[in-house]
Order: sequence, then structure tokens, then C-alpha cells
Amino acid sequence: MNSLLDLNAIKTDYQNRAKNVTRRIIICAGTGCMASGALKISNEFKRVSTLMGVHIETELKKEENNYNLLTGSGCQGFCQMGPLVTIEPEGIFYVKVKPEDVSEIIIETVLNGKPVERLLYKGNISGKSCKTQQDINFYKKQTRKILADCGNINPEDIEEYISRGGYEAAQKAVTEMTSIDICREILNSGLRGRGGGGFPTGRKWLLAQKETNDKKYVICNADEGDPGAFMDRSVMEGNPHSVIEGMIIAASGIGADEGYVYVRLEYPLAVRRIKKAVEEATKLGILGDKIFGTDKRFTIHVMEGAGAFVCGEETALMASIEGKRGMPNPKPPFPAQSGLFGKPTIINNVETLASVPGIIKNGAAEYRSIGTKESPGTKTFALTGHVVNTGLIEVPFGTTLREIIFDIGGGVTDDEGNLDPEGFKAVQIGGPSGGCLTAEHLDLPLSFDSLISIGAMIGSGGLVVMNKNTCMVQVAKFFMQFTQNESCGKCVPCREGTKQMLSLLEDITEGDADEHTLEILFNLGLAIKKASLCGLGKTAPNPVLSLLGYFREEIETHVMQQRCPAKKCKSLLTPVVIEEKCKGCGLCIKKCPVGAIAGEKKQPHYINEALCIKCGACIEACRLDAISEGV
Amino acid sequence: MHKHDLGQAARKFAKVCEILEKYDYKSDKLVPILQAVQEEYRYLPEDVLAFIATTIDISPARIYGVATFYSHFALEPKGKYVVRVCDGTACHVKGSNPLLSEIRNRLNLPKGKTTTPDLLFTLETVSCLGACGIAPVVVVNEEVHPLMIPGKTTKMIDEIMEKERVCDEQFA
Repeated sequence: MNSLLDLNAIKTDYQNRAKNVTRRIIICAGTGCMASGALKISNEFKRVSTLMGVHIETELKKEENNYNLLTGSGCQGFCQMGPLVTIEPEGIFYVKVKPEDVSEIIIETVLNGKPVERLLYKGNISGKSCKTQQDINFYKKQTRKILADCGNINPEDIEEYISRGGYEAAQKAVTEMTSIDICREILNSGLRGRGGGGFPTGRKWLLAQKETNDKKYVICNADEGDPGAFMDRSVMEGNPHSVIEGMIIAASGIGADEGYVYVRLEYPLAVRRIKKAVEEATKLGILGDKIFGTDKRFTIHVMEGAGAFVCGEETALMASIEGKRGMPNPKPPFPAQSGLFGKPTIINNVETLASVPGIIKNGAAEYRSIGTKESPGTKTFALTGHVVNTGLIEVPFGTTLREIIFDIGGGVTDDEGNLDPEGFKAVQIGGPSGGCLTAEHLDLPLSFDSLISIGAMIGSGGLVVMNKNTCMVQVAKFFMQFTQNESCGKCVPCREGTKQMLSLLEDITEGDADEHTLEILFNLGLAIKKASLCGLGKTAPNPVLSLLGYFREEIETHVMQQRCPAKKCKSLLTPVVIEEKCKGCGLCIKKCPVGAIAGEKKQPHYINEALCIKCGACIEACRLDAISEGV
Repeated sequence: MHKHDLGQAARKFAKVCEILEKYDYKSDKLVPILQAVQEEYRYLPEDVLAFIATTIDISPARIYGVATFYSHFALEPKGKYVVRVCDGTACHVKGSNPLLSEIRNRLNLPKGKTTTPDLLFTLETVSCLGACGIAPVVVVNEEVHPLMIPGKTTKMIDEIMEKERVCDEQFA
């Protein structure tokens, strides 16, 4: 008989060893902080501590006492303030740390537990310094469940994950629960797919569970392609074992013995961490031929994508794993019936899988106690754009946009990054398949259904805040350009339709649109939504349709008056000479390719609107900034 | 074919054979195979693709189809430094376009070209790197440059050019 894997022994051993640590220095090692120089900080800690004779280790020791531990963590979400350094147990939280700050941190905080005042985060309105994360509004107003351990634990240390109760849920699922019980528990929790569609996860699992087949697959969809979204990246970088644990539970639930994690290759750090996590779990016998010491088998392969957005669509993703062009196939048959290599397959998003262990561990009822009735639980969002605090956040469903943007995000900024209380214009939710929401939606509780009812969708959870200087037509054009580029070309409505929609939007920004343009755009959008093969095409017109609905006036101004209120569409702007600044040097007259500028020497010049082709050559030529981009 | 040519061909494809061996000559591993080949050659040479097709017994057309479908694969050599300007939503609204045109100007890239004639630089855009908190972002090979502004990008390119010039001089 096999003996079961003793998670408790690993847990106690880790906790005992952790007791010997005096202080722990945690350096955020997410993509954001790494780019801002987290590695340099880490090396400086090692160098300076050796010079000063301060005992710092980079891993837990068995025998030693009274030393300090230095580890990296996954993304803590506050990327723009990086590199971030936290000192435990006090929880003192430093932002924008530079290598030259390290010796002071060692002397004051590591040795004496005192904060270094100038490195603390200062509230942008109150100016008050915040000693710990919990003193900062950005963190205080969040409910971190999926991200609870992201940013605390060392993502490359499986024992630390286990010491916090990790893999207990998977062990329970594998050794104590029947497959149908697992699926029912997930169904009862009301967990819905976080990848965009919001399909009940338990229903998907039950469909695959019912199938009788010698081979079934579990796929983790980590092909997070929505521009402006990085939740899945952060979870994989910060807590990769939670995803693997979710996959083991899913495999137990449907009876699968093989799994794939399909990651974007644009996320090299996430790829590395998830690969390492799979290796460590295999070494411990949590993955492999005898998981947790039972006779069950489950292995995981990590596959990197090759840069195709459409592979986020489940049937396209499977085609890509099979070594084909990543093009979608019509459903039914659903993957749960006939998926990867024709076998029953479930595909879940990273965040969905990371939510699973908590449900198995604490029960469906506990999971339902947060969030709304139809959308239980929490949701992570990537908050970016013109907002004071950009970063990764997690809130319960039912939270309003106002709370997210103004309480957590700290308000809207102008183009220079300064707080502008009147600056809010719109927020784009759900990336290229979502829509724009306006001030009137600020108090709407966010959930899967509330957003669909107003023509947007949660999508994967990108929230891009836009200030009043943003031209909404340009935003719609940006998304249309994106979906047009990424359309795989298999079905005509998406391939040709998005091209036409893009060129109609170009007509508007170039000043070539007429009164029919908007009507054609609207009808074309509806047709593409109805007729496209996969989710990419079905949702591609959303940004444009929401623009037509909520920013009608702005778009009509572009068409009827040939004017861009935000002054972003160059072709609609006629340059104007600012008389007070113009010294009449004549340089612009020489540069103008169509002879549209005239004027006496040493007298303010003027531009003939009828001749001007709006090329901007005069603006560039003027040394006195005396020509404005116009109106 | 002369014996000499055969030897050369074998040497040329030795690395490819290693890669194919690693993936067990399985056609469903085509995407990782091509990734490994591109890692080795910095692009997918035509004769290598034909060799793979024959070896794992699929049509060259299928390989070509896969190689052209994914934006990561290149059928022409890429530069030593691949400069990727992120044009995700967050980077876009924070001004990635001016960065792109600045780098394009600095590299003197004509319209429609992405690689400099000396094969030193390739300029690309990427739809999102997930580093939106530090937008706009430019990535050179694997190195992420956060919070870029016009001016900083030119400096970045100049530094690489300077480094390469010094290297060349040492060789000469």
C-alpha cells in the first residue's frame, strides 16, 4: 500500500524553521518591479549586509537562529511605485527604493525595527506617510482573496505555499471526495469563468465529468491577450502553486490525467515560475504518476503561445496545442465533449483555477458570502490609464466603479499625471471585447450581468481610465485596429467586417465621413456580432457600439462639424497663429507646402483655412510655439 | 550531391535534429519545435522548414501555414536587438506612438521595413506585455524599460549603438 503524502509534516517543519528568523525582507519581483530595478536592490542587500556583518540568508535554514531572511515575491500590484520592499514582522512598506537606500534600511529597520520615514508611501491628498500596506488606501479598500498570498510568499518555494495550507484542498479532493462531489461543490459555489464569458465553472466540469472516455484533459488558459490586462500574469508570477492546485482539483473532478498550461510567450517570468512550480510539485509527488501517494496520475505540460490573440479562444487554443494554426472551430461539439485531440477537455482561466482551492477548502457557502448573488466571490482588475494609483487590485463583485477609481485608484489624472478632480471621462472595461462606461455608470455595482445589460462586459478585467483629453473615436479606432490585426481570417464577418469598420472609423477621424457613416457602422457592428464564428468576432464591435451609444454627441461633432473636441484627430484640426507670440519671421510661410500662410514681415501671419491641408509642418517649423494645433 | 555537401548539410541541420529529437518528431509539437528553431537561428530559414516537414512527415504547406499564422515567427532574419514597443491600451493612452516614431527615425527605418540593413535592430510593436502599471514600456530583447518618454528612447538606442561600436573596434 502507498503511504499518503504528509503535507502536515512539511508544514510544521517550515513553520518551525521560520520561527528562527528575526526579520524577513521581501522584495517584490514581479515584472513591474523587476523593470524598475528590483534585482539591483536584492544584490545590494546581499553586498551591504556582508560588508556590515549583518546575517542575511536567502533561504530558510535548519539549524541556525537569529538571522534575517531575504526573499523575492510575486507582483504586489502597486507597480508604479516600485521597486517595493517590505520588512516583516512589522510590515514596514517601502516604495521606490534605490540601491543607495539599502544600508539605511538595514541599520534602521532590519536591525532596529524602525521605519525610514522618507521611503514610506505618502498619501497623495493627505501627504501623510503610511507605514504598512494596510495604511494605504490602495490596499485598504481591497478584498484580496486570490491575491492574498501574491506578494507575501516566495513563489519559487513550494514549502512556503504548503506552510500556509497549500495543497490541502487538492489532497482532500484527490483522497476524500468523489468526482461528482467536487463538481457539485464548485457548481454550488456559483463560481463563474473569469476569462470573460462568465460561464458557470461547475456546469462546465459536470459536462466533462459525465463523458466516459479513457483520456481527458484539463487546460489552464493563461493566454491573457487583452491589452491592458495583467491579472493572470500576476497570479502566475506571484502564486503559481494555487493555479496548479486548482488544476489538480479540476482533474480529479472530471477524471483527467493530463493537463496543459498555455501561457503567452510575452510573459517570460510567468513561464519560468510556472515551469519551476510544476517541477517542484512533481518532485514532492503532488504531480506525477502517484499523486499524493494514491494510484491516481496527473501530469502538467507548460506550453508557450506564439503571439496570436485569438488563441485565447478555447477551440483556437486547442488547435495551437495540437500544432496547427490557432483558428477557432464552431461549437458544438463543446470541448467538454470533444476537445483536445478529440477527447473531453475543460479549459479554465488562471484566476478561475486559483479560486478553486479556497472553495474546496472552506466550502461553497463561505465562497458565496462575498460578492453578489449571481456573481459570487471577488474579481481582480488591472487598473491602468489616467489614474493616480495604477496596478493590480481585487474587489468583491458588486463594488462600484466609483469606489475602484476614486477610493482605490486615488482619482483621475491629467495628461501630465497630476490629480484632476474634474478629469473623469470614461473607463474602458473588458479590453477589445468590452465597452466604454461613462460618468453615469460610476455607481453601478459591477457584476457579469450588470455589465452585459449596458452593452459592456467584464472580459478578463482590464480597466483603463481615460481623462477628458481622450478622444473616444481614437480609442474605438485603437481597439478596432487591434481586433482587425488579430482576426484569424477564418470567417468572413470578422475578417472583412472588422476591416470595413476600421476604415469607416478612419473616415471619421480623417474628416471623410458623412451622415450615413454612423448608420452603416452601427448596422455592420450588429451583423458582425451575430454572424461571427467565435468570441473574438462576436465581441469585436462592442467598443464601437458602446461609443455610438454613450458618446453619440462627440462622434457626431466629428462627422457633422468636422471637429475633434479632444483635439486628438490631427486631420480635423486647422492650425491657428497665436498673434501675441508671432514675430512674423516668415519661416512657416517657407515651410508650408501649399502656400496657405501669408503675412507681412514682422507682423503676425495668418493661415488660410480653405487652402490648409492640416499637415502640421508649420507647427513643427515655428521656433516660438506661435502656432497652436487649432480647434 | 557531393559527399562534401552532404557533410555540410548534416552540420547545418545538426541543431535542428537535436530539437526534433527532443520533441520526439511529433507533429503536434510543431509550435514548440518552431520556437526552438527560431531561438537558434533568430528566424525560420526556408530550407530548415522544408527539412522539418520531410522529417516529421507533414506537408511544407502546413508548416508554412503555422509559421505565418503566429506573429512571433519570422521568415526573415531579425536584428541582434529586437526592440518591442508595447502598444497595449495602457501604453497607447500614455503615448506609445510618439515613442515608436522616435525610434523609427533614430534607426532611419524606411516605411514598411522593420529591420535595419546591418541586422543590428528590429523594431516591432507588441499588443500588451502586462506591465501596464509602468506604461509606456519598451522592451529590448528581454530587458524591460519602464516609463519611457521621447528622448529616453533615443538615448537607449544610442547607448546600444555605442556599445556595438566599441565591440567592433575591439575586434578590428
